[in-house]
Amino acid sequence: MQGIALAIVLVGIVLGAVLVTLSGIWWLPPLASNWGSIDTMLIITLVVTGLAFIGVNVVLAYFVFRYRVKEGQTAIFLPDQPKLEKVLLYITSLGIIVLLAPGLFVYSRFISPPREAMVVEVVGQQWTWGYRYPGGDEQLGRADPRLIGPQNPFGLDLDDPASQDDILIAPGGQLHLPVGKPVLLEIRAKDVLHSFYVPQFRIKMDAVPGLVTKLWFTPTKTGTFEVLCAELCGIGHFNMKSAVVVEGPEEFERWLKEQPTVAQTLGPR
Amino acid sequence: MEHPTHRARVEHEAHHEPTGFWRRYIFSQDHKVIALQYTITALLVGAVGMGFSWLLRLQLGFPGEFKFIQPENYLQFVTQHGMIMIVYLLTALLLGGFGNYLIPLMIGAWDMAFPFLNMLSYWTYLVSVILLFAAFFVAGGPTGAGWTLYPPQSVIEGASPGAGWGIRLMLISLAVFVAAATMGGLNYVTTVLQGRTRGMTLMRLPLSVWGIFVASVLALLAFPALFVGGVMLLLDSLAGTSFFVPTVNLFGRQLGHEGGNPILFQHLFWYFGHPEVYIVILPAMGLVSDIIANHARKPIFGYRAMIWAILAIGAISFVVWAHHMFVSGMNPYFSFWFAVSTLAVAIPSAIKTYNWLLTLWGGNLRFTTPMLFAIGFVSTFVAGGLTGLFLGNVVVNVHLTDTYFVVGHFHLVMGVSAILGIFAGLYHWFPKATGRLYNETLGKIHFWVTFIGTYLIFFPMYWLGFLGVPRRYFSFSAVESLPPSAQGLSAFITVVALIVGAAQLLFAFNLIWSALRGKKSDGNPWHATTLEWQTPTTPPPHGNWGPEEPAVYRWAYDYSVPGAPQDYIPQNVAEVPAATQKK
Amino acid sequence: MKLKAQFKRGISRALNGYGSDGSWGARGWGSDGSREFPMPATKLGLFAFLAAATVLFAMLTSAYLMQQAMSDWRPLPLPALLWLNTGLLLLSSAALEWARRSARRHLPRTSLWLLAAGVLAILFITGQLWAWQKLSAAGYFLATNPSSSFFYLLTAIHGLHVLGGLVAWGRTMTQMRQKTFAPQTQLSVELCALYWHFLLLVWLVMLLLFWLT
Repeated sequence: MQGIALAIVLVGIVLGAVLVTLSGIWWLPPLASNWGSIDTMLIITLVVTGLAFIGVNVVLAYFVFRYRVKEGQTAIFLPDQPKLEKVLLYITSLGIIVLLAPGLFVYSRFISPPREAMVVEVVGQQWTWGYRYPGGDEQLGRADPRLIGPQNPFGLDLDDPASQDDILIAPGGQLHLPVGKPVLLEIRAKDVLHSFYVPQFRIKMDAVPGLVTKLWFTPTKTGTFEVLCAELCGIGHFNMKSAVVVEGPEEFERWLKEQPTVAQTLGPR
Repeated sequence: MEHPTHRARVEHEAHHEPTGFWRRYIFSQDHKVIALQYTITALLVGAVGMGFSWLLRLQLGFPGEFKFIQPENYLQFVTQHGMIMIVYLLTALLLGGFGNYLIPLMIGAWDMAFPFLNMLSYWTYLVSVILLFAAFFVAGGPTGAGWTLYPPQSVIEGASPGAGWGIRLMLISLAVFVAAATMGGLNYVTTVLQGRTRGMTLMRLPLSVWGIFVASVLALLAFPALFVGGVMLLLDSLAGTSFFVPTVNLFGRQLGHEGGNPILFQHLFWYFGHPEVYIVILPAMGLVSDIIANHARKPIFGYRAMIWAILAIGAISFVVWAHHMFVSGMNPYFSFWFAVSTLAVAIPSAIKTYNWLLTLWGGNLRFTTPMLFAIGFVSTFVAGGLTGLFLGNVVVNVHLTDTYFVVGHFHLVMGVSAILGIFAGLYHWFPKATGRLYNETLGKIHFWVTFIGTYLIFFPMYWLGFLGVPRRYFSFSAVESLPPSAQGLSAFITVVALIVGAAQLLFAFNLIWSALRGKKSDGNPWHATTLEWQTPTTPPPHGNWGPEEPAVYRWAYDYSVPGAPQDYIPQNVAEVPAATQKK
Repeated sequence: MKLKAQFKRGISRALNGYGSDGSWGARGWGSDGSREFPMPATKLGLFAFLAAATVLFAMLTSAYLMQQAMSDWRPLPLPALLWLNTGLLLLSSAALEWARRSARRHLPRTSLWLLAAGVLAILFITGQLWAWQKLSAAGYFLATNPSSSFFYLLTAIHGLHVLGGLVAWGRTMTQMRQKTFAPQTQLSVELCALYWHFLLLVWLVMLLLFWLT
């Protein structure tokens, strides 16, 4: 009785898991960046592990049903079977290689930003995000956390000429990006760990105080996307949001021109 | 040569067998009493940990309905739940409880190699538990920085809940726990190597002992990293050092730290944290292997492969730690290695799974409560372990890490599986420890609710993870891109969690009632082969074996040997029916 | 038996294991009836402890190495006193080695060597404390910079290990007085020596690290 029930439950679990996953009610949000290869890897992994999940549970259910205790049934004495073990070992190793090799290939691209990528700085703090564009010289000015003050929320070194034409989007503002152009984010944190996460872009990178971390992607769809914080950062963690506005190149340029530079806001020293 | 001295010691022991209540049950040096002390304490602490999971689930399922749960409380519940369950419940119960009870009995020893150290280990553990709960009574409450305790937020006052004495007591408690675990670990390792009786070679040990042994070695080599990280973090908090805290500016306030490196803590933490996962799962795997073989009436399939798999998992566990840190900002090139080593762990884990399945193949399966839990373990271990292949493959990790996918993964693979393994073990060895039988009907109800319930709780978390719901969120209401059904799913999870939690009361009742009033059991109700079932009396007395240690003549899995009069041959039975001596 | 006596016996067991009276000296059987681990349980226990301690110090030193590569690391001027302390620990370790060897041959000067080793170790601890005092007088406190934090932390943890060793040493001294060349006394001396050599090695690695950075 227990054996039959267990077999039915195991098969039921497998059916439920497979059907709900295939129904797509709860699935990846629509992709809006170049990282379709991440989705592909995820789907390959889902297929391989899904087959293993189904296989193991169905075989388990079958054995549980078939060999449940019966009058006059005796167990066979079978301590091992080296050949079978070897075959299973090879199949598993093959599965792992199939997952790993393309995964590492995609990863090597993930950590090699293209040279023409536009650099934007992202600064996390409790519980909001700020952004900095390098301006006309395409170079971010030097920054130092020791210089952060009420007038200087990014800790810019105003003596560095490169910082004069930087464009600051004060914490709480939005990140504007042109569609189709690779972006390299340089991420900093002022206080504690944060993590810059846009589910639709499939990207995530921690912001670490004392360190600059990097992340690149190309937005492929226009629209507004939510930025979430994915690393616990205190009581406001769940509410630490911002937005990425992806727009056409002309609109982006127009918007960028409207923003004041550091020289205009903070002024030269 | 050996026997006279052994006998001398036993007589010496018997002569001085403690008689008073205090030395017999409280300050006992008997491994079985210490095991029960560890088990009961850990289960009580675990009940508190489960209470926290209820509270945090109430908030997540029905945000805003429970006004007394504020964001800081929620984070404290999450943190304490995680820490309690992983360290103070699972580690303590599997090593201190099962390790203590089973090692000497299974290897045919009188006791642990260092009984006094063993007692000290329990009392040190108790001190760490008291320190853990003391944090609830200090200003600011316990830490709410997540069980990973990542600096800077865990130690900067004002950055996270309980960043004052809350985190300090947590760290002191952990350091004390490390001392307790080290004392225990030294004992288990030495006893397994030196305490084995005549004939009990390493390749005849039951897999329970192998699992606990390798887990103890891992504990000895992994906990020091937690100790180092904890002490350094404590100094950052107490003495203003800057090991992990760089120059930071909190709400416009410049703090005095300079030059620290937050990622260094993550390395130290995960160098401990990843082996910790296997410290928990290897003993559970061992128990499940023995229980499956016994209730299937079949030798465990591929005994040698099982041992090699345990050893391989143990060895690899020390070179995979940074897969928790793929997006932490560490050197991205490290990730190539950590992805390869992480996926490599899947191979020995898969071999173990195949061997459990093949042990069932052609068996004569008795669906007792421990067997049901053991089979449940295999299923949840697979359901949780396979998703490790998503998280270990570094690019897939980028989207899924720090989301509910991770929460579902580690709960199924090392939370639920380990606890199902523990339930299997508690039911299986209950007759030996108490001399009475548990109630089978209550046990089966407990199994069905727990097994189906935990699947319903944790499997849907994978779907939330695909959606990209970050973990440790007080509420999802601020996340606009989520479909409304995600909140519905979360409410469903909460309801099931409440039911599963309530079902654990059945377990507690069954345990207590049966220990006092259950049917009397004989010494070997499961017809098992291993030594602990062959003790002269049940429950075994102080010294376990009486005047004569058992001698061992065969491996631990002589079930259904063709031509044998019974379907099991205990390890201490000498005469061998034809063609059965396998190992 | 009185609780106190029980406690005392417990401590002696904790330190000696069942190996102390020879009964559990060398067990753990191999397939051919021979012993797989022919050493006393206590010795094996010490090896296990040394493995854990090795990880402890390896974690500390790798943390040190990782940290000193950071940009705002300011090197620490090492007090010259450390070289004297190193000499003291070296001599202490050597004295214990002589004690171990002479205990084996039942030589009467064993206890003298043992005593010398302990006194030298105490001097080492005193010297370390003095070095701390010198550093803080020069303005380098625990929280001054990661380099000074690490120096205090590493020396403190190493010093605590030496202090722990001195407890075992004290016990061995008592054993020496009561049962001079009993096998368990010999074993105690041997284990002390092993532990001392380990601590010396750890100290030399730490010193090299401080010196190079």
